[in-house]
Amino acid sequence: MKIHEYQAKQLFREAGIPVPEGIVAHSAEEAAAAFRQLGGSLAVVKAQIHAGGRGKGSIKGTEQRGVELVRSAEDAARVAGALLGGDLVTIQTGPGGQTVNKVLVEAGCDIARELYLGIVVDRGFGKPVLMVSTEGGMDIEKVAAETPELIHTAPFDADAGLQPYQCRTLAKKLGLEGAAVRSATKFMTAICKLFVETDCSLAEINPLVVTGAGELMALDAKINFDENALFRHPALIELRDKAEEDPNELRAGEAGLSYVQLEGNIGCLVNGAGLAMSTMDIVKLHGGQPANFLDVGGGANKDQVTEAFRILLGDKNVKAVLVNIFGGIMQCTTIANAVLAAYKEVGFNVPLVVRLEGTEVEEGRKILAESGVDIISAEGLTDAAQKVVAAAIAAA
Amino acid sequence: MSILVDKNTRLICQGITGKAGEFHSRNCLEYGTQLVGGVTPGKGGQTVLDRPIFDTVEEAVQQQGANATMIFVPPPFTADAILEAADAGIEIICAITEGVPVLDMVRVKRELDARVAAGQKVRLVGPNCPGVITPEECKIGIMPGYIHKKGPIGLVSRSGTLTYEGVWQLTSLGLGQSTCVGIGGDPINGTNFIDCLELFQADGATEAILMMGEIGGTAEEEAAAYIKQHVTKPVAAFIAGRTAPPGKRMGHAGAIISGGKGTADDKIAALQDAGIEIAESPADMGAALKRALKR
Repeated sequence: MKIHEYQAKQLFREAGIPVPEGIVAHSAEEAAAAFRQLGGSLAVVKAQIHAGGRGKGSIKGTEQRGVELVRSAEDAARVAGALLGGDLVTIQTGPGGQTVNKVLVEAGCDIARELYLGIVVDRGFGKPVLMVSTEGGMDIEKVAAETPELIHTAPFDADAGLQPYQCRTLAKKLGLEGAAVRSATKFMTAICKLFVETDCSLAEINPLVVTGAGELMALDAKINFDENALFRHPALIELRDKAEEDPNELRAGEAGLSYVQLEGNIGCLVNGAGLAMSTMDIVKLHGGQPANFLDVGGGANKDQVTEAFRILLGDKNVKAVLVNIFGGIMQCTTIANAVLAAYKEVGFNVPLVVRLEGTEVEEGRKILAESGVDIISAEGLTDAAQKVVAAAIAAA
Repeated sequence: MSILVDKNTRLICQGITGKAGEFHSRNCLEYGTQLVGGVTPGKGGQTVLDRPIFDTVEEAVQQQGANATMIFVPPPFTADAILEAADAGIEIICAITEGVPVLDMVRVKRELDARVAAGQKVRLVGPNCPGVITPEECKIGIMPGYIHKKGPIGLVSRSGTLTYEGVWQLTSLGLGQSTCVGIGGDPINGTNFIDCLELFQADGATEAILMMGEIGGTAEEEAAAYIKQHVTKPVAAFIAGRTAPPGKRMGHAGAIISGGKGTADDKIAALQDAGIEIAESPADMGAALKRALKR
């Protein structure tokens, strides 16, 4: 689960991690008031959307950047006005952009250096790993690809936490001295503790700044939580902003389906994530473009299949649908009946190709064949892919 | 011969009184697995499927000689169930449950690694996996038994239904399996590709290996390097997710291309470099294995 920058910074503040003073605004007036309340001569207005790359992104149809320095209350109001309600397009949002509903007005700070800090759970180590770099403010993936020696890592035990010697070692590699080493030790220890305590899957601060006084401060803040662990953090669930999520993906999630929107025109409904990915692959291999990834899970019922069909057909790009089920525990008869019931309820208007295999496959195919419903039956993955691609081309 | 499980394996199910636990326990029994009991705290002394229920795994080990378990308890309690099984001396722990918090698995892994380092024989498969089957001997997990057939092919996979697809293609081509292991789709899991490759290489009943990977992480690249050095048996592989966009999680918690790493193309290149026969299409897995056998 993703949260906004201002929410992450609030969690940082509570955990004793230094962040600039800031106020959330929902209108130009509120932004102006926030500037006055902060009391400085300089502030930053930052669009609050879940995607990154805001500083380089701009509001659709305008020159307005997602992050801008302001020097007066009037200026703050102007920038907030240009951002709020607009669709901010960044490298992470896709061409449609993401609507800005809130801005963060934040006090400017005295920046001596810009660093990078990130924490992830590393598969290789089987542990959380803290990563830091001197290359703050840059595209860190580019740094990792081109100059990996500039990224320093420290795996740490989830319960013992990051050790003081690890902080000192990393601080040295970052070229920090004196008071900054002490500040870095406090900062790194606290963020690693927060990561574990709140079951984060990702924490990233870019840039992490060193102020003129030698204090470390989180100028940006990005946090993702492990959705599987949210059951033990009821307060964090409240931070969820559904307006930031893809409506179809949200809807699928509520029905217990796993759905990812893609750009193509062939809707796919599959049981199991690996098979669903492979189905996308084979559609593409035969010249088609998948419109989505959709895993109905191991034990999908009629209601879930119906909802899955609704979501697929709600996508106007979809010109044909492929159902690919390998009935293991789920019996093919169950899925055949669910497909028929859903077909009738949803009112299908595009060709439907069904490939069934596995438990009770003969009976399942018979149910579909005798239903009188116009279903294109397929045998095997290749046949299914070829048929659905042909159907999509014919319908386009 | 086979790996991990065989006709002598004595299985219990943790969470046997739940809907999924009971359903799959029954299927395992019907397949011929020696299911010797189940564990549900608070229900000790009762029976299900004519098998005794115990309050603790320790009792199941002491009274029934259990040496393997399959876990169906809900995600918040899965780490505890795994650690209980390990502490009771269970050797093969299959965690079927999907949705276990990553940091729970970090702690479980640390504990199990320490036990293995101290000389204990314990192995976790999963979580979020279909389980392990040695055809016609022992089925532990949720895979449909009837698609399998005894034979010389070892199979290891990160996926569930895709594994069934691969097994089905093999069986349809007359290629039976020694053992099929679903290692699960989570970023942090117990048994990995290399563990299985090592076991298959040493197993007298296994003549060739089919490996099914997917996008995310670097487990397939590491497996490729291992195969190049240590595996002399023919290997074929398929990687799912060639068309998956970066940054989007494809169902499995582990299946995500992040930071430019974990793409299918990287994995396929590494596997090809190790001399592994690649199935270009998921419909081609059985045929690729056949090609590998002929090389």
